[in-house]
Amino acid sequence: MAGLTGRLSTVVKAKVSKLLDRAEDPAETLDYSYQRQVEQLQNVKKGIADVVTAKKRLQMQENSLQQSVVKLDTQARQALSTGNEELARTALERKNVAQTELQSLDTQVTELETQQEKLTESEKQLRAKIEAFRTKKEVIKAQYSAAEAQVRISEAATGVGEQMADVGLAMQRAVDKTENMKARADAVSELEQAGTFDDLTALGSGEDDIDQQLKQLSSQSAVDDELAKMKGEIGQGGGDAAQIPPGEAKQPSESGQA
Amino acid sequence: MIVRISGERQYELADEEQARLNELENAVVSAVEGGRQDGFAESFEQLLGYVRERGAPLPDEELEGSDLILPPADLTFAEAGREFTGEGLIPD
Repeated sequence: MAGLTGRLSTVVKAKVSKLLDRAEDPAETLDYSYQRQVEQLQNVKKGIADVVTAKKRLQMQENSLQQSVVKLDTQARQALSTGNEELARTALERKNVAQTELQSLDTQVTELETQQEKLTESEKQLRAKIEAFRTKKEVIKAQYSAAEAQVRISEAATGVGEQMADVGLAMQRAVDKTENMKARADAVSELEQAGTFDDLTALGSGEDDIDQQLKQLSSQSAVDDELAKMKGEIGQGGGDAAQIPPGEAKQPSESGQA
Repeated sequence: MIVRISGERQYELADEEQARLNELENAVVSAVEGGRQDGFAESFEQLLGYVRERGAPLPDEELEGSDLILPPADLTFAEAGREFTGEGLIPD
């Protein structure tokens, strides 16, 4: 096709061609070429399985964090109803951190989901092409002289090779993203192992190192808001404990009341 | 003319679409070279959208090579920049 001067596509095509040259050795026998295609298809399937594994790991972390959020919320309420505001605040700080992690995990799971769909679709295309190649190879061998068959089958192999290179590229991008997510998942695991989201009743009275760090991690204004809200909901028996600090009393009470 | 969107699939477009495709591509390249991130996102989306809209999906079992190969839709601005200065999608 003459006159295709687009730089973007030319650069990409040149690079895919380079991958292709690496993948396709013209000296290979035709049947071996097909055999290798099938092997590479297996690698693609394995790559997709890795993405699924990474996704499942994140989903398990999501579940565990979800439980922590519920537990910490309950503990905050319990602490508040017995008048222990400090403990309630600590529980809410931890809940806040767990929720932030949850949101981030959710984004990542969605991202991996997209990667998985794309790869599965690419794999389907590749499988169809390899199957077409297998049929075509036999037809060409039967119809043409050896030399001509070689040329025609090489052409057909280019179509498979291009798809293969493209799946390889998509796989590489998925792996890069998965690596980033693994690092993130490890960080969450460390927090969990450090007992960050554990039972607060085991904590005793004073603050520990974790709490110092959590104070920095969590959004204090969100924690203040939630604490105030929880106080209102509980409407504590003691009455005086239900006071809301003046700075946080700005609920949506000023405007538009019916 | 067969155009592949990397990471998606191949499309078949009429040969006459070539001029318009070149225009759209040039817009992407000039946005990248001018350092305009918004312009890049918009023009790149336009380019891919045009191919998807005007092209007929090539059946999976077709064994033709592509005349054009476009980068994947999730190409970032930074990646696009590198694309024209060496490294790019596939390291040299």
